[in-house]
Amino acid sequence: MSDRQGAAVVIIGGGVTGLSAGWWLARAGVDVLVLERGIVGWEASGRNGGGATHVYSPFGLEEQRLWPQMDELLGYPTEYQPYRIGVALTEPQLALARRWAEIGATRGFRWESLDSRQLKELVPIVGDNAIGGTYLHFGGHANPQRTVQAYAWALQDHGGRILQHTTVTGLTQRGGRVTAVETTRGTFDADTVVVAAGPQTGLFADMLGVWLPLAPARVEMIATEPIPLMSCGGVAGNGLYGRQTLRGNLVYGGGPHEWINVPDMAAPDHPNTPLVRNLARRLAELFPGAAHVRLIRAWGGIVENTPDGLPVIDRLASPGNVILATMSSVGFGLSPAVGRGVSELVLHGRCQFADLSALSLGRFAETPADWRDRAGWVSAGAPVAGAAAGDGADE
Amino acid sequence: MSEPVRRESDPRSIAGKAPRPERHVAVVVVGGGAAGVAAAVEAAEAGVEVLLVDENPVDNDTMAMDVPLYFGQRMQPSVRNRALMLERVVESNPALASAYEAGVDVQLGTCVWGAFVNGPTVQELDAPLLGLADERRSWLVGYDRLIVAAGARDVVLGFPGWERAGVMAANAAFSLLTRYRALAARRMVVVGSGSLGLRTAALALEHGVDVAAIVEIAPRVRGDAELARSLERRGVPILTSHTIREARGRVGEVESVVVVRMDDAGMPAAGSDRELACDTVCQAVGLTPSVELLALAGARLRFASALGGWVPELDEAVRTSVATVFAAGDCAGFHDAMLADPALARRQGRLAGLAVAESLGALGRRDAEGRRAKLDPEPPMQPPREVHGHWQAWLRSLIHAGGWEVNVCQCEEVTRRELVETRPPRYLAWQSPQMSARGLGTLLRDGPINQDQIKRLTRAGMGPCQSRRCREQVALLLAEATTTPVERIPLPTFRPPLRPLPLSVLWPGDEPPAMRGDWVSWFGIPTQFSPHWEAGMAMDEPTAHGRLIMSDE
Repeated sequence: MSDRQGAAVVIIGGGVTGLSAGWWLARAGVDVLVLERGIVGWEASGRNGGGATHVYSPFGLEEQRLWPQMDELLGYPTEYQPYRIGVALTEPQLALARRWAEIGATRGFRWESLDSRQLKELVPIVGDNAIGGTYLHFGGHANPQRTVQAYAWALQDHGGRILQHTTVTGLTQRGGRVTAVETTRGTFDADTVVVAAGPQTGLFADMLGVWLPLAPARVEMIATEPIPLMSCGGVAGNGLYGRQTLRGNLVYGGGPHEWINVPDMAAPDHPNTPLVRNLARRLAELFPGAAHVRLIRAWGGIVENTPDGLPVIDRLASPGNVILATMSSVGFGLSPAVGRGVSELVLHGRCQFADLSALSLGRFAETPADWRDRAGWVSAGAPVAGAAAGDGADE
Repeated sequence: MSEPVRRESDPRSIAGKAPRPERHVAVVVVGGGAAGVAAAVEAAEAGVEVLLVDENPVDNDTMAMDVPLYFGQRMQPSVRNRALMLERVVESNPALASAYEAGVDVQLGTCVWGAFVNGPTVQELDAPLLGLADERRSWLVGYDRLIVAAGARDVVLGFPGWERAGVMAANAAFSLLTRYRALAARRMVVVGSGSLGLRTAALALEHGVDVAAIVEIAPRVRGDAELARSLERRGVPILTSHTIREARGRVGEVESVVVVRMDDAGMPAAGSDRELACDTVCQAVGLTPSVELLALAGARLRFASALGGWVPELDEAVRTSVATVFAAGDCAGFHDAMLADPALARRQGRLAGLAVAESLGALGRRDAEGRRAKLDPEPPMQPPREVHGHWQAWLRSLIHAGGWEVNVCQCEEVTRRELVETRPPRYLAWQSPQMSARGLGTLLRDGPINQDQIKRLTRAGMGPCQSRRCREQVALLLAEATTTPVERIPLPTFRPPLRPLPLSVLWPGDEPPAMRGDWVSWFGIPTQFSPHWEAGMAMDEPTAHGRLIMSDE
């Protein structure tokens, strides 16, 4: 191809992290191109619980600052709703909910304790089994599907480009830099490359001779038919994360994950298992007043974790123009802040608003190659050789 | 290199908590229609253990959601009488007696809401499982072989007033007339003059329901000319080159339907509107195979317009792409001849039953071949016609007559206009110049049209009827609006539960203790949510296990 089809910044992966980074860069006037294997936000980025309450993170304060502005900044609706309610059915659950709240308090956020009567007033579907809870005057939740599309559209509105249905097949290196990204639709020159490829991020690190330990897993969620809107939809507890959507559906996940293998760049299948019944039970326990409500949908997603469960957001020493970004299975809520952080790594070489030293790649330098075996984070079955057939979208 | 160290598996993972089926049977047949019963009998007579499940009688609350068929609130109150309905379901299906005689375990009033199989990202299951449920509880059944004979669903199209009680569809009318004897209709307008429409009208007349008219968009009757003439002799007008303008009535009911003649240019002819009194509008435009269970079981599907849309890929032994899964009857492909002669479905069912028995070793190859040779040969028939062009013609006429402000998705109240403009749902009350500039056209610039993506943006298809009333018309509308051949629009995914089931029904009474003891909301990695300013701090969820062994300890 004769015409140059590269960009100043090429982002590998059109999930929520790559899209947000691309949007921040496009806003800053940078020529940015996002390469996406399928459709934007199609994997875990668009099918998660939508929680936006991660004040423990180095990105937490920026997350809290940005979410209330996101609709306006993007120009598209994210369905962001503020505040969270934690419901506890047992004393250990109550202690956990309070611990979450106290972490927020440490960062200057307000919360209050709820007794069972107050809880019932705020969340009419809780039952007599609820012993108490917390009301967080911070945090919130949004609609992942709408948000990923909003990032993508807003990125385009600022002149950025997205190529969907384009699988990256290789990275061209020259002189200690990645100079181009090779794909199923041609080669794209790049001054800087951001790898935000979810479970496949480790495969790209491997191509560059860099060790990034990641273990992918499959997780599941369920959604009910709509019920009347509660004053605060961000209610969770009993080992479930999730929310009531603005339409009224109860959308929740939790419970055991299945460690899997991601052998190649193909889109993984993410079916459900009978776990949907266990999820239904936990939800009916959390909300006895909704036990009669019908489950209408369930879905699965593939997420990746580092050994300590924390993100890797780092600019590589060599090749020196590559930034790795994996959120270790907790990326959606933090995405407004993480995207901004990645854009600063691209533009300034460092994140100016947060200390990312805890998220550096270097912490895994001594992690042994068989770390998954040691941790027991292994698939029950034999390693899968072939590529999976892709499936479609869900909630 | 040192020996790999393998410690106990992550207690918060699914390892060791694999769901145990309540029972395991050699063969499960899903669907007690002509194909399903024939399959069950054939396999049982070969000495194989067979469980046959059929969801009828469906309870009133489910019917009221237009699940599994488009009942349109035209059920008589008698459908609430479960015992009576069970009797009628048995009475109306004499073939069931042969299944009982052959030793088949027949479970009625039992739906299949899920199929769970191992694959690239699921390795936890010991055997393929089906999720079953009745009106009180759910359970799991393992199988060696699965025969899906799930029938077909109505293809329905919207027009102004189609939300009214009394707008229903042909398969539901057949079911309420013949299976439940509980159709609450006095005077019906039938939409469609193909075999399906003509047979619906004839059946209605037979059961004492007046038929006010048959409406057909094509310039001539599409079904059997002899049957059409006999209906006309019995006073049923067949209005060709006509479409539906609107269903009217008070208090949410249908009291009349306005039909309009279409001119040669395909537009409503001025002054040709006619109001027909009726309490029921029965859509009989077409059927599409019920492939949702096959899809969950992992069977590859292909598009075949002459077979009604997406159908399973089958070999000569009616085996799907999954070696343990077979399909027979309307769910394997629907066309007019299937409607005319149930022997076709029975023949497919027997083939499935024989194939299953042979694959399980209950029949030797020669024995199976002998039995196959004894089956009646497939009768000669016309090659089936492609149907989607005709369905598109219906859709175009309904748009011309009824406009763009018609709900395409009733559950989520998404209009045709909102769908093609990819508007966010109305309850968000969102407006921005950026949003207004977006639509199908801008999405198309970024890649081929994808119904699941449109669903996420507009919510069309995300309601409690599980897109039974809108799946096909959304695909047709997207095809029409983007001039994409409908077969190029990817089939939206099916997800469990395949029936909308209460949480209390799905509730597992058989939960293993480890499932409860080690339950965590996320991965249970203690450092994952620890405050970054408190190095070494762990945030651990309360479980039976204290802590997780980390990689570098």
